[in-house]
Amino acid sequence: MSVKTLKIDGKDVAAEEGTMLLQAAQDAGIQIPTLCFLAGLTPAAACRMCLVEVEGSHKLLPACVTEVAEGMVVQTHTPKLQGFRRMNVELLFAEGNHVCAVCVANGNCELQDLAIALGMDHSRFPYRFPDRHVDISHDQFGIDHNRCVLCTRCVRVCDEIEGAHVWDVAQRGEHCFIVSGLHQPWGEVDACTSCGKCVDACPTGAIFRKGSTIGEKERDRAKLEFLVTAREKHQWTR
Amino acid sequence: MGGYEPLYHALYELSSAAVIEEITKSGLRGRGGGGYPTGLKWATVAKMPGKQKYVICNADEGDPGAFMDRSVLESDPHRVLEGMAIAGYAIGANHGFIYVRAEYPLAIQRLTKAIQQAKKYGLLGSQIFESGFDFKIDIRIGAGAFVCGEETALIHSIEGGRGNPRPRPPYPAEVGLWGCPTLINNVETYANITPIIRKGAEWYSSIGTAGSKGTKVFALTGKVQHTGLVEVPMGTTLRQIVEEMGGGVAEGRVKAVQTGGPSGGCIPAVFFDTPVDYESLQQLGTMMGSGGMIVMDDATSMVEIAQFYMDFCRGESCGKCVPCRAGTVQLHEMLTKIVNHQATETDIEQMEALCQMVKEMSLCGLGQSAPNPVLSTLRYFKEEYLARLRPEVETFATAKD
Repeated sequence: MSVKTLKIDGKDVAAEEGTMLLQAAQDAGIQIPTLCFLAGLTPAAACRMCLVEVEGSHKLLPACVTEVAEGMVVQTHTPKLQGFRRMNVELLFAEGNHVCAVCVANGNCELQDLAIALGMDHSRFPYRFPDRHVDISHDQFGIDHNRCVLCTRCVRVCDEIEGAHVWDVAQRGEHCFIVSGLHQPWGEVDACTSCGKCVDACPTGAIFRKGSTIGEKERDRAKLEFLVTAREKHQWTR
Repeated sequence: MGGYEPLYHALYELSSAAVIEEITKSGLRGRGGGGYPTGLKWATVAKMPGKQKYVICNADEGDPGAFMDRSVLESDPHRVLEGMAIAGYAIGANHGFIYVRAEYPLAIQRLTKAIQQAKKYGLLGSQIFESGFDFKIDIRIGAGAFVCGEETALIHSIEGGRGNPRPRPPYPAEVGLWGCPTLINNVETYANITPIIRKGAEWYSSIGTAGSKGTKVFALTGKVQHTGLVEVPMGTTLRQIVEEMGGGVAEGRVKAVQTGGPSGGCIPAVFFDTPVDYESLQQLGTMMGSGGMIVMDDATSMVEIAQFYMDFCRGESCGKCVPCRAGTVQLHEMLTKIVNHQATETDIEQMEALCQMVKEMSLCGLGQSAPNPVLSTLRYFKEEYLARLRPEVETFATAKD
């Protein structure tokens, strides 16, 4: 395995060939913001939070799917990128109905964390107040589409790790929503194994365990990591 | 006349490499809008390892006011089939797909018939012209999503999945249909192949400008007197196209021409002496696109044009990436606010900032180019935006009325 050397934010970094920029940066102690990325799942490159500037490229590149290359010079937190990221998060807040005060994920939410990290004090874009619904037909879990950011982690975790493919995306553009089964109430989807991986994968409070109230959502990310390591490296360690 | 002769000539008298060499020398560039050198694309796919490769024809023509590809498919489908077969021979593929939108029923009907005819005469299928070359073509019908004209979304759609784009690289030339190296060209590009093989690269490259060779078909629509298709050599000026061939507008003056559809921009009349090619249009802040040309007269509001295109992009965004899904919505709302005389100068500044963000952060060409109609009308017609601003600052008392 050959090693590539590159510069991230002025820091010399060495990474194995085939490593993505996001991982290489993280190994060097540089955190690039993400939202749709979840280790172990196929990257979607959809949220655009991890876009970085790479010298010689006229486009911003998503760190989650850009491989390291020899001599690469990368900037991850320029004022331009941070400004764009803040706008991106504001767009998400304006697009859904995100009411932290009554959310199960309050204080434990990746969208909220991004807003704080980017210094967002309000949304400069008017709120859209879309008419979205809540499905609590499943006996253990619920999905509140008001809190959904369409990261598709649930779609991917259910398809790629659990192998059930309960979730998918319906409609297009601003009308997109996460659909269960053949557009059935979640509780009526036979394919669902009630494993709860979608709850663990969800970055916000959109998919939650019934019974948890404001700020009580907990995620067992270690379980997902355990499964991915077991499958990819055949090591059953926890 | 002479149908399928170039294919025969290619199969029996030219090597695959020689065909690619001929296309490269002709200087042909992708007619779908990007303008990528066709020969280079073919050479890339030809060099890719792997036994299975595919040829795809993008016939998902979706720009409002554009119907160049439709005309070719309905009037001369064999020309496209032959171009695809030559491409298959050149890159080493035995299977091709035409992805055509369901809104073109006549094109689908004629393509289907043409494929049947070609098979019957041994011009498609196995052992074409009794050579060792096999090539079959299947039709795939799009379900009416504009984004499926984006090559990676188109591939997902052919595979039976949701028509969502994915990040490039890897480009389809490397990882395409079912993971195999795939050549994707537009209808008009394939239609240009047979004349090049028949008459030679030198003949073809004698037409056009230094960087853009051959001819281009434009669909003239809008306020122009003679609407319809025109095929002109690259380098023809906009004035010749709009004023001479199109006959100008019936009343008043021509104000601008919109090219490149929802990804392009408006060119004001003062630039009408510019020779049309890929580079000159880019310098003017628009693009060649697939060839739609919408003529606007004095009565046309440029702000409303920008609003129309943003509405289109908002409706056609696939929803995968945040900047395009949510950004086009906010941009459209801002433009509506301006149209309704409710916006202030700050709103325009904010709109420009969001345009920049959507342009640079979106995942595919749809989002990356969605702000272009706004940016180009802001560049040339800013006074129209300013004239639409809120007439005076309302006081709290008057606002309540």
